[in-house]
Amino acid sequence: MQNSETANFETSQTLETFGFLPKMNQSEIQAQVAYIISNGWSPAIEHEHPSRSFDHYWTMWKLPFFGERDIGAVMAELEACHRAFPDHHVRLTGYDNYTQSQGSAFVVFEGRG
Amino acid sequence: MSESSYKAGVKEYREKYWTPDYVPLDTDLLACFKVTGQPEVPREEVAAAVAAESSTGTWSTVWSELLTDLEFYKGRAYRIEDVPGDSESFYAFVAYPIDLFEEGSVVNVLTSLVGNVFGFKALKHLRLEDIRFPIAYIKTCGGPPAGIQVERDRLNKYGRPMLGATIKPKLGLSAKNYGRAVYECLRGGLDMTKDDENVNSQPFMRWRDRFEFVGEAIQKAEQETGERKGHYLNVTAATPEEMYKRAEFAKEVGSPILMHDFLTGGFTANTGLANWCRENGMLLHIHRAMHAVIDRHPKHGIHFRVLAKCLRLSGGDHLHTGTVVGKLEGDRNSTLGFVDQLRESFIPEDRSRGVFFDQDWGSLPGVFAVASGGIHVWHMPALVTIFGDDSMLQFGGGTQGHPWGNAAGAAANRVALEASVKARNEGRVIEKESRDILTEAARTSPELAIAMETWKEIKFEFETVDKLDVG
Repeated sequence: MQNSETANFETSQTLETFGFLPKMNQSEIQAQVAYIISNGWSPAIEHEHPSRSFDHYWTMWKLPFFGERDIGAVMAELEACHRAFPDHHVRLTGYDNYTQSQGSAFVVFEGRG
Repeated sequence: MSESSYKAGVKEYREKYWTPDYVPLDTDLLACFKVTGQPEVPREEVAAAVAAESSTGTWSTVWSELLTDLEFYKGRAYRIEDVPGDSESFYAFVAYPIDLFEEGSVVNVLTSLVGNVFGFKALKHLRLEDIRFPIAYIKTCGGPPAGIQVERDRLNKYGRPMLGATIKPKLGLSAKNYGRAVYECLRGGLDMTKDDENVNSQPFMRWRDRFEFVGEAIQKAEQETGERKGHYLNVTAATPEEMYKRAEFAKEVGSPILMHDFLTGGFTANTGLANWCRENGMLLHIHRAMHAVIDRHPKHGIHFRVLAKCLRLSGGDHLHTGTVVGKLEGDRNSTLGFVDQLRESFIPEDRSRGVFFDQDWGSLPGVFAVASGGIHVWHMPALVTIFGDDSMLQFGGGTQGHPWGNAAGAAANRVALEASVKARNEGRVIEKESRDILTEAARTSPELAIAMETWKEIKFEFETVDKLDVG
């Protein structure tokens, strides 16, 4: 292959976990929520303007949903956060109180910026 | 004690050091040796000799023994077991009182346990299979400078293994060209890159130049991707003074992580560097050059699970563990056995994984398992299954050998990784469904499609030399 035929790789803002996959559809997001719940983690939502996305702390959307077992309820909160802050990135986190870490964290909606 | 009198001469070891009725104390350090004695020496005598020579004993009785209470200080061989499928060797279990060892010093522990005894003539071969460190001793060790949880928080990496690559060619690049290779990998989607272990400060690339260019590569990749990035700057050096000088400068150029070779550099250097990292907020990646010299022979040396335990005590946030599936030696169950020792807080005895003792690590932070060497995108689902989220998967050739270059190669790996994690979370058996998962993911990633085409035929299928002992 001639090197001039190789593709040009453009750098982009990728926002960590799942940043390299296509945008998830509704049922794919539900599956990830179910994974968080089935691990016994607490779902939580946070949002931030893209210009500040590198910060460790984003703004919390309410408190983490401790003990929530209903996938639909978490989906509704994600939608509500996205509607309230359409310009912001919206991230779903699964807080794992055993490891004191996050078992899962990914951006569900990318803000328009 | 005061009743005993001094009689010069050579005694049989088993009189003093074979104590089958002994019940080990919670504070004892326990060791399991695989022993191959010279023919015709009874097992109990050989086991007792190992206990003696690795603790208080010497070949002759000496008068000054009577000035102390050797019953308190001696190591005791307390159990002998057959090695499954091997009539020549046996396992000897030895208990050592905790006061035989200086606090916080794996150096001191190893000097006793794998010191002179390994050259002992009554033995044909000797292998240290496992050590149970008592929690009382573990509490005296610093351990990993940060640990898994702190590293995830600093680097904002959650819910997946991290991705890395060793920069290639491993020797000969100039500092600026090397930094270019780093930048391309990081902007393409890797979380971190790594100095090859052979890279220290050679004439073609002095350390200071490398650190400066790599520092710029990290900053630029972070700005452009919005993700946190790092490069393990290898500070392994000829002297501790030089090592610390390099560590200071690595911090200055903004790298979040350093690298050290713990066996060639030595445990003293490693423990010191781990302490420095803890005080300076730096992560520490540990390479294991020379390990196969020590751990590969099934009857002689030290099993890697012992070296891994010692490293967790000495300090490191990442440790190479082999890949199981790549180009380097590694039995799957055995590897899982010592991966547990790096990451978990309590690991029960499990002979099917080569774990001879319950091990309680208490609150000592965990170490990321690093899988590196001859792995590529096709291995990704298997690697995610074997190593789980708390791992660092490193694709050197598998990133930089991509036909479109490092950035595209990095993206291919990142897509394959995320597709595997997503599918796992959805409840799919990803090792079995690997072809489907990767093929689906490649539909929206031309970089992955090309990578799959490039490496579809590459396999490393050789028998493992060091297998677990099974009948």
